Amino acid sequence: MSQTPENEIIMKGINASPGICIGKAYLVDKEGVDIVEKYDIKKKKVPAEIKRFKAAVKKAKDELRAIIDDSPKELQNAHILETHMALLKDKSLYGRTIKTIEKDRVNAEWALKTVVSYLLSIFQKMTDSYLKERASDIVHVSDLILRNLVGAMTENIAAIDKRVILVARDLSAADTSQINLERIKGFITDRGGKASHTGIIARALEIPAVVGLENAITQIKSEDLIIVDGNTGIVIIHPTEQTLIEYEERKNQYQEYKADITRESHVEATTADGFHLEVMANIELPEEVVSVRNYGGDGIGLYRTEFQYMNRTEFPSEEELFDRYKDVVEVMNPSPVTIRTLDINGDKALTNNYHRQEVNPVLGLRAIRYCLKKPDLFKTQLRAILRAAAFGNVRIMFPMISAYFEIRLAKRMLDEAAESLEKNGLPFNRNIDVGIMIEVPSAVITADLMAEEVDFFSIGTNDLIQYALAIDRGNKQVAHLYQPLDPAILRMLKHVADVAKEKGIKVFMCGEMAGTPHHIPIVLGMGMDELSMNPQSIPVAKRVIRSINLKDTQALLEQALKQTTAKNVFELVRDRYGEILADHTYSGNFKLNQ
Amino acid sequence: MVSEEYVYREVMIRNELGMHARSAAKIAKLVQDSKAHVWVKKGDETADASSIVDILTLACEKGTTITIMIEDPSDIDILNAVAELVESGFGE
Repeated sequence: MSQTPENEIIMKGINASPGICIGKAYLVDKEGVDIVEKYDIKKKKVPAEIKRFKAAVKKAKDELRAIIDDSPKELQNAHILETHMALLKDKSLYGRTIKTIEKDRVNAEWALKTVVSYLLSIFQKMTDSYLKERASDIVHVSDLILRNLVGAMTENIAAIDKRVILVARDLSAADTSQINLERIKGFITDRGGKASHTGIIARALEIPAVVGLENAITQIKSEDLIIVDGNTGIVIIHPTEQTLIEYEERKNQYQEYKADITRESHVEATTADGFHLEVMANIELPEEVVSVRNYGGDGIGLYRTEFQYMNRTEFPSEEELFDRYKDVVEVMNPSPVTIRTLDINGDKALTNNYHRQEVNPVLGLRAIRYCLKKPDLFKTQLRAILRAAAFGNVRIMFPMISAYFEIRLAKRMLDEAAESLEKNGLPFNRNIDVGIMIEVPSAVITADLMAEEVDFFSIGTNDLIQYALAIDRGNKQVAHLYQPLDPAILRMLKHVADVAKEKGIKVFMCGEMAGTPHHIPIVLGMGMDELSMNPQSIPVAKRVIRSINLKDTQALLEQALKQTTAKNVFELVRDRYGEILADHTYSGNFKLNQ
Repeated sequence: MVSEEYVYREVMIRNELGMHARSAAKIAKLVQDSKAHVWVKKGDETADASSIVDILTLACEKGTTITIMIEDPSDIDILNAVAELVESGFGE
């Protein structure tokens, strides 16, 4: 290389979408917007400063107008943008900023910042969490004005004309709606988790993404050469020639591996001794059904429904929900689609919000608790699900059940929703399987009671492990203690599976554990009827299942239950299945605490 | 305090989400042609009905009773239109 070599920087984030890409960075977010300078304006210059502010608002308005005009109709966020248009000229924002420039003789950026901080302090005190979150609308609008004031031209994402790796602080729905996605090789964002908008889009498009990098944007410049490894969550800036060669190789290996595994993805998952298991997919967007089909999913084991409720100023209507559900149900028919009712919780509802509403949202008002408290909201969704059920094979699943009465209440509401549809003369199907997520320890221990009320259990291992071991996975201090193979977890899973067998109901698993190759032998030994996972994980999982023997896994489980630590259980699995797993999984993924 | 000179109507917020940005925008739009000020009052706090932000800062959840006041009696049609909009749950 002829230019001065810059040091290679390796960063670790969250692997939101698998794959490897190498390319030039393209920054779409300006960190400068956060830093607002303050300076005095001479009295004579005040009118000019006000004029500058007005011009910035005008530009912001034109930008919004252009986005609205260019947005495809199917994107439902256009009316949010219309509201933002109105906010731009709002007295309390626009008028007050101008007054502040006049009165305090400060620059427009600082005046706007002062006004916004004041407004946010009012929102901060609100108790209604939904209204409180509306502060984000004001933040969005003021950011837009600020960008125009600071003179930092907003990067026009729509104008990207070469294949690049998009680097942003965060990507909103409005941002992604502008991107010409064929031009994007991969995504890197500072904010967000696996369930972030960027992650979902990247997985749907099957391009690599690493999110939650925290400060990538300050380290990466446009045109920098970067490597994104969406399998491991690694991002490398200014890679050395040697690293480049290594990653080119890995990239090719991954592509070969992927092609290889996808070829046989439609072969059934039947163990060597003839036990058949359904391998289902977890999805979040209707668009993902394409991946489900491609990767050979036998149905949808978990359809997360939160997406339609996020990043918007009002909840979706029954028609809107029904349309989306019906799309998925029709495409998948006759395969089952398991629709999980709204699971609004801490990290999901907060993706794009600036204020935390609860001190401990994971233990707070979320999922079924929230829905039972908002019967109108809940019934709107239940009606939409029952109506979609008339078009295919639907199951309904309630999340975060922690007490028996919650199932009774939820089922009563489901009946009421059916009755109201009957009255309205709308086609629907109430004759669907009703199940619950088992993800709270209290539900595990009372599984015998719960089983009387439902047709199936679906074990959500991510939350169950977190609640059972009292481990916050996002907390780096304790994340290493998050162990799916912990003896406590194995006993809980076994208990749930046994109760389900005894009571004659089905038992599924839809957490990450179900899709992790080296957990599959243990999970199989428990006697799960179905596993559900990210579409991308299906081909490998099916391969692993085909190469093992159910009888052996039962013997393995018996041994595993005698172990005292997760490490011992892991070693047991490795000793028995290491070779098979190494053959079928992508290198580097086979380790403890994955 | 509701002034005796003002004409006012009391209405209850009926939509599930309370008064959010889009509903506030609908009110602001209705009052943009009023002759004099139109106010929205919740408890002791008063907001300018022509400002979305001002209305939002009142934090009107579902079930909140608000008072809509006009300074000029000739804005009575606007008053009624706003009251009906709120009563209808903003058409949601």
